[in-house]
Amino acid sequence: MNVTLIDYGAGNVPSVERALQRLGAKVETTNLAEKIAAARCLVLPGVGHCAALIAALDAHALRRPLVEAVGRGAAFLGICLGLQALYESSEEAPALKGLGLLPGRVTRLPESVKLPHMGWNTLKTVRATRLLDSVPADAYFYFAHSFAAPAAGQESAAVSEHGREFIAVLEKENICAVQFHPEKSGAVGAQVLRSFLRAAA
Amino acid sequence: MSLARRIIPCLDTDGARVVKGVHFEGLRDAGDPVELAARYNAEGADELVVLDIAAARDNRPTFLETIRRVAEQLAIPLSAGGGIRSLEAARAVVRAGADKITVNTAAVERPELLSELSAEFGAQAVVLAIDAKREADSWQVRIRGGRQATPLNAREWAQRGVELGAGEILLTSVDRDGTQSGFDCELTAAISNGVSVPVIASGGAKVPAHFLEVFTRGVADAALAASIFHDQVQSIRALKEFLRERGVEVRLPC
Repeated sequence: MNVTLIDYGAGNVPSVERALQRLGAKVETTNLAEKIAAARCLVLPGVGHCAALIAALDAHALRRPLVEAVGRGAAFLGICLGLQALYESSEEAPALKGLGLLPGRVTRLPESVKLPHMGWNTLKTVRATRLLDSVPADAYFYFAHSFAAPAAGQESAAVSEHGREFIAVLEKENICAVQFHPEKSGAVGAQVLRSFLRAAA
Repeated sequence: MSLARRIIPCLDTDGARVVKGVHFEGLRDAGDPVELAARYNAEGADELVVLDIAAARDNRPTFLETIRRVAEQLAIPLSAGGGIRSLEAARAVVRAGADKITVNTAAVERPELLSELSAEFGAQAVVLAIDAKREADSWQVRIRGGRQATPLNAREWAQRGVELGAGEILLTSVDRDGTQSGFDCELTAAISNGVSVPVIASGGAKVPAHFLEVFTRGVADAALAASIFHDQVQSIRALKEFLRERGVEVRLPC
């Protein structure tokens, strides 16, 4: 399986690359628009500030090729900020436009709990998804974020909770995304990546 | 669904090897960081911290190589620290494979470092390590491996650090460190209740009851220990089973 891993210059991209390679994927790490335009399987990882991700996508002129690749059916997996970037906007960077592939706005988790939501949490499945194939219902995944997508969207496949419920796993046609870090979530995280690669093949 | 309390082994290294000793005194070899990292990853550690306690003795390339080799073993988060004084140094550590950067003395000396790191990597990647020592009825911040006093109050410094951009506090009791007499739960609760970010308790762990106490009375979000794990005095799995049986939510890997 050939995977095009979008490296926009922030965060720990090598750990995602390594996690995919361990599963036998052939990974090309790139920030070139033409590579992304031609990709059949795209992974957008992300940590840090939402504005940095959006600004970097625009700086490298990656927004259009990315949206077009997804539009023509390329398999897509967003991780953490890579999930949040799919929406129209984020409270973290109100002046910037998200990719707008999904409707809605990413908002901050409530102040009533410690933020960032950092550590291992469980999921509640709301709709069958290939991404959670062979994953035990009580499995823990590693999260590290303060903003999250609303839980109500039709794309939602599983939610988690920290102060409020939020989307932890989404799947809409060829668009998949997870709020947790599968590359940091031990064996169950690897299983999620394996399921994505299988579905994308 | 709720967030599990984390158990975090810590590897103090001289750059290349894991070492043991209190305040740089009588350091002795405690193993290979790569082997220990692989073991903890398999045993169910929730995260790993790797510190370069000899950072001043210029062996950065060795430490970065250690981070790289440790990161290759892990499918859990990795936090690295020791001698990170600049954005440039932090970038090198992140490029080597660390998910989080831990800073201590450098942040006391130049607090803007926290904001610089947070702006570039996000608050979730910035860990402010605080070494606190009891003075009358409060706790004072110490730097340089606990050897040098500062005028800072630990609770106030923790709050300031969070305002500046730290996303987590790694809190070590200088009084308890190396004593194996239990975490300082009073200190941990004072800091944990005083900040909006997660707090990792460190210093003094020996038996599972110490962890239970720091998660309940100490209100810690995570607990860190070194030698009891390295020496296999305590297995991570057995510790987590002990905690789960007593109502503390922990992650038992499948």
